[in-house]
Formats: sequence, C-alpha cells, structure tokens
Amino acid sequence: MRATAILGPQRHAPCVRDALRSLPGHDPQRPVALVSAGWEEREREHDELQQHVACKVLNLEVFHRVEDVYRRDAELHRAVRERNERMRRLQSFYRTRLAHALSAARELLAADAETDLVEPERHEAVLAVRTIDLHHLDRLRGEHHAFWSKWRPEQRDAIAHHRRELRAILARCSALCVAGGHVGVLLNRLRLLALLDLVPELPVVAWSAGAMALSNRVVLFHDSPPQGPSDPEVFEAGLGVLGGVVPLPHAQYRLRLDDRARASLIARRFAPDLCLPLFGGEHLAWREGRWSARNPVQRLDLDGSLTEVAA
Amino acid sequence: MSLSIQDLLATAAVAPGSVDAFLARHPFPLVEGRTVTFVFRGHADSVELVHWIFGLESSLPFQRVHGTELWHLSMDLPERSRVEYKLGVRRGMHHALIRDPLNERVARDPYGANSVVHGSGYQVPDWTNDDPFARRGEIVDRRIHSDAFGEERAVQVYLPARFRTTRRYPLLVVHDGPDYVQFAALRTILDNLIHRLEVPPLIAALTASPNRMTEYADDERHARFLADELVPDLERAYPLDPGADARGLMGASFGAVASLAAAWRRPGRFGRLLLQSGSFAFTDIGPHGRGPLFDPVVRFVNAFRAAPGRPAGKLFVTCGMYESLIYYNRSLIPLLTSTGMEVRFVEAPDGHNWENWRDRLREGLSWLFPGPAWAVYE
Repeated sequence: MRATAILGPQRHAPCVRDALRSLPGHDPQRPVALVSAGWEEREREHDELQQHVACKVLNLEVFHRVEDVYRRDAELHRAVRERNERMRRLQSFYRTRLAHALSAARELLAADAETDLVEPERHEAVLAVRTIDLHHLDRLRGEHHAFWSKWRPEQRDAIAHHRRELRAILARCSALCVAGGHVGVLLNRLRLLALLDLVPELPVVAWSAGAMALSNRVVLFHDSPPQGPSDPEVFEAGLGVLGGVVPLPHAQYRLRLDDRARASLIARRFAPDLCLPLFGGEHLAWREGRWSARNPVQRLDLDGSLTEVAA
Repeated sequence: MSLSIQDLLATAAVAPGSVDAFLARHPFPLVEGRTVTFVFRGHADSVELVHWIFGLESSLPFQRVHGTELWHLSMDLPERSRVEYKLGVRRGMHHALIRDPLNERVARDPYGANSVVHGSGYQVPDWTNDDPFARRGEIVDRRIHSDAFGEERAVQVYLPARFRTTRRYPLLVVHDGPDYVQFAALRTILDNLIHRLEVPPLIAALTASPNRMTEYADDERHARFLADELVPDLERAYPLDPGADARGLMGASFGAVASLAAAWRRPGRFGRLLLQSGSFAFTDIGPHGRGPLFDPVVRFVNAFRAAPGRPAGKLFVTCGMYESLIYYNRSLIPLLTSTGMEVRFVEAPDGHNWENWRDRLREGLSWLFPGPAWAVYE
C-alpha cells in the first residue's frame, strides 16, 4: 500500500521537507517529482519549494503536458469539454436539491425543542443531505466511467507519449509531491494522464488542493465568498488514494469555525469521514491503512468543535 | 433608552468637573443605538453640524449647555451608516469650518479631509487594510499620445503580483484612478482581492483628466481616447484578454457618467461597468437646476434613456442613500435592466465620498470579474 502524507498549506508554514524525510525508504540523493498543475500557467515556478526541500525537484509539468495533449488530439479535447459541460450541469442540478435539504437541516439543528422530539428529525435531515451528496458522487463517477470506457485516453497516442516520459521520470524519484492550486484543473489532469497508476508504490506527499484531489470526494467550501454559493458542495470524485478524510485546507479563512452549528453540520454531513481543517504546519501520515498525526493536527468534531487528532 | 447627554443635562447645574468627566468617559461622536450625539467644547457664539446628507438641512445647530462651553447635537443615525461632516464654529464675525476636535477619525479626499462618524454596526471592511500575506502588485507610469485630445496623457498601470507575459489579463480602466488609489485604497484592495482569489489577477489602467467636468460629461474625445487610443496602446504593451467580458470601465460621480457614456458610444467594447454614485441627472420636463456643467450630462442621460441600446453585458451600480443622486440612480435601474444587461444595484447608508466608493469595491469587482476562490486552495 502506498505511503501517503497530507499537509496544511505550505506557503507560510512549510513542512514538506520533514514529510519527505519521514517517508519509508526516503533517499535524499534521489529527486522528488512534483505535480503543480493546480498552479496552471505558473506551473513551472517551483523555486520556493526547491529552496525548501533538501533534494532535487523534478517538475512533471502535468499542466503543460495536457495542454500539449489537447493540441495534438482535438477529438479528445472536444470530448473532455463535452464531459465537463455535462458535469457542470449535473453540479447545477445537485445545488438545487442541496440548497433545500441544507436549509431544512439548518433549521432543525437550530430548532428550540425537546431533544427526544427533534433529534430524530435532525438525524434524518442530515441523512437526506448525505443521500444527495452520495447520489451526486455516484453520478460524477458514472460520467467518468462512461468517458473512460468510450475514449480510452491511456490508449491514445498523445497521452501514451506523455505517460511513457512520465514513467521514466518517476522511476528516478523517491517520492511524488502534489501541490495545491485549482483543484478542478489539478484533478482533471492527474486523472487524464492516470499519473498515479504509473507508480502504484511511490510515496506521495500532498497539500491543500493536492490533498483534496487524492481523497475520495472533493468538497468545495467557503462560508463567506463575495458572490455565489456558500454551501459546501461535493465537487468531484477524488482519486481515492486517501480514505476516510475530507481535507478542508485554509479552513480558518474559509469557514466560520466559531459558528458551531454551521461547523457541526459539515462534520455530521460528511461523517464517518474525518473533516480535517488542515492548518498550516499540520502533517498527517497514512500508512498501512491507518492515519497518524506527525505533529498536532485538528479535526472537526460532530459538535462543531475542533479536537486534536491523536498522534 | 436614556442618552448619556440627557443624563448629563438632568443634573440641576452642570459643573465644569462633570463636563470634564463626561468628555473623558465617552468617545465622540457618541453613538448610542440609532442616535448619535456630537459634542463641541470651546468658546463660540454658535456651533453647527455641516454635512452632506440629502434630505436634511445641510447645517444643524448645536445646543449650548447652560453655564458651560459645552455644545451638543443629537440626531438619528441608522445602523451601518457612515457620515462625513465638519463643524461650523462662529465667534463674533469669524466663522470657521473645522474638523471635529474630539474625533480622530477622518476621511480624506482631493479637497482635504472630513470628520467621520460610524453608525452602530458599521465596520471598516478588513479587505481595505494592508494584508501582510497578500502579494503586492506594482504601479508603473505610462504616457500615451492622444490624437483625440491633441496632447500626451499620463496613465498609471497597475500590474498584479506575479504578473506574467504568458497569460492574458482582464483590463479595468479606472476613471480618476490615482484618486481611487489615494482615497479609496484601490491598490491595496486589488492586492487583497487578488490574493484572496475573489477577483482574478487583472490589469488596471488608472486614468486622470485635467478637465474631468468637461471630458467626463459624454465627450466624444474621451470615448475615442479610451477605446481607440488607450486600449490599443495597452494591448500592444500587455497581454490582455481580448474579449469584451474581460474589459471594464469604472468611475464615480462624473467618472461613472464617463464610463457609461464611453460604453454607450462604443457598444460591445467594454463588457463590464462599475458605476458609483453616477451623476446621471436627467429631465422629464423643465430645467435640471444643477448648473451649466450638467448640461451635457443631462443631454446624454436623456438620450440614453430614449435609446439605451445594450452598451455592456454586466453593470454594477452603487449609490449612497444620503446623496441627492440616489433619485437618478434608482430611476436608471429599471431602464438598464430592461435592455437585457445583467445589473446589480447596491444602495449604501453613506454619502457622495471616496470611502463609500471604497466599501463597495469588493462586491462590485468580484461580481464583474469573479475570481477562482471557490475552487483554488493553495
């Protein structure tokens, strides 16, 4: 099983060097591979990361490779756009259902009534939200499955070419780092190149959007955006490398963590998965099917409070 | 609720010591619920509050506390309001317009500074303050020869942090741009909103006019300068997104008129308009009564109302409730909406001033140019 670590945002509290050192079989003489496709056109600007880690960083240039794929394979590019449009419409349908279910759940969670009377209703209301989330996740997976079955991206020349190059680079590396950025762009490109399948055993260190992309389901969230929706929503099926967690990076800026009722609904909705706010400097390792905190890591509890994950 | 000033006045004879204690005990102006009490202490024959709240007498007299040099005025101040004011103090033949000596809070503008009172619940938005974590953009000077005006014009160009020639940027042309930077924290706000991913990295052209009351009042030369000279020059110099959706005009007061008029004269060129406290005076019948400088504005707005066309795709319109211009702006909204343009209108309990315009920028810019905050986690 692949050794994996997820970290809080790295810009102001970098800990990726320590995370790499703690990986099994880490060899500082070998380079580490980097996926920074979430940075989009700034993908190649990894100087800060290079200065922080002690070994050589090989940027896999996943964003630019997929741009090249789209240039060389217009048919596939068109198919990707059509799939994305279908998924965008699915997201819109999902939001419509979600808004009503969340409104009911919030109202009941705030209701002033006897516990024995209202608690079963609260439970059912949260279950209704979960049902919508899970249905949406199934629909998203269905779209990916249909796309993959029809187009067989790994067999198309443009992608096969880049996969060969990537396999050769990754064979020299002791670990793979997946940085944050735009989680949709990052996830789509990792998925299109089936990058993680190239090296099933290679340890991975991921942070921010990188951690989100590696989880089972990608949850977008922002309690106080200047415009648009503010309800956390399942945005995508993740790559499934990390089980049992919902990474919520930058939660201190994006979530009203002092609003216990609001935070509680997030934790209850995504239970039994652990909701991890992923503050700067946090480091959680996944090995042998278990999570362990390498330094103090907070989780969002069902009552909306923050609790330290046991080391 | 009993006001603190009433408690003071309730004492049979107000002694100097109790005035000292009263002044030491409270911040001023004293905001208690929906009531604000202004206080002045000093030798005077009369004291008045001079403000710019449309609908109220423009100067309101203070009352003197008998036997003291303490003057006071209490008035209604709705929640989340922001009001700029001065004190008019008369001593014999001498009349002075001064800032409130008991209030350190001031707002600056090209004419100087005013005292400011914040109503209950108003807070200076945090995104208007320097954020040490936000990367800083830079402002560079540029000079452009204008055939339209027959002279060279200076423009400042805001380039976002991590500006790269390899990507394409939206362009926002800001009328009175240097004033927006100086009095409405525009540079800090752009840095912050871009850092927060609430707007995308964008390039802003900060323009200024040596004769704005003429050039901003629907002057064809100005539209030509913007559309046919400034934008092409910037397109040659910077990697701009070519779509009209990625081109915005913005301005306040006459700057809002200039924005709408230029977009109207060049439909399809500027897809996004941010219009703040626009001086959109019009007439249904008779004279407009706002002086000759408004003549071309009124001609434009009347013509626009008759045939608005569809000059842009999205408009964000704001106006202070305490401005006389609120009437014109409210009247314009149904017309703008009827053209099929997306329109958002925000009224604020504030006046015709730079901090009002500052406080609306997050909502306006992020609506016209939405950033990727929802999906980006760095």
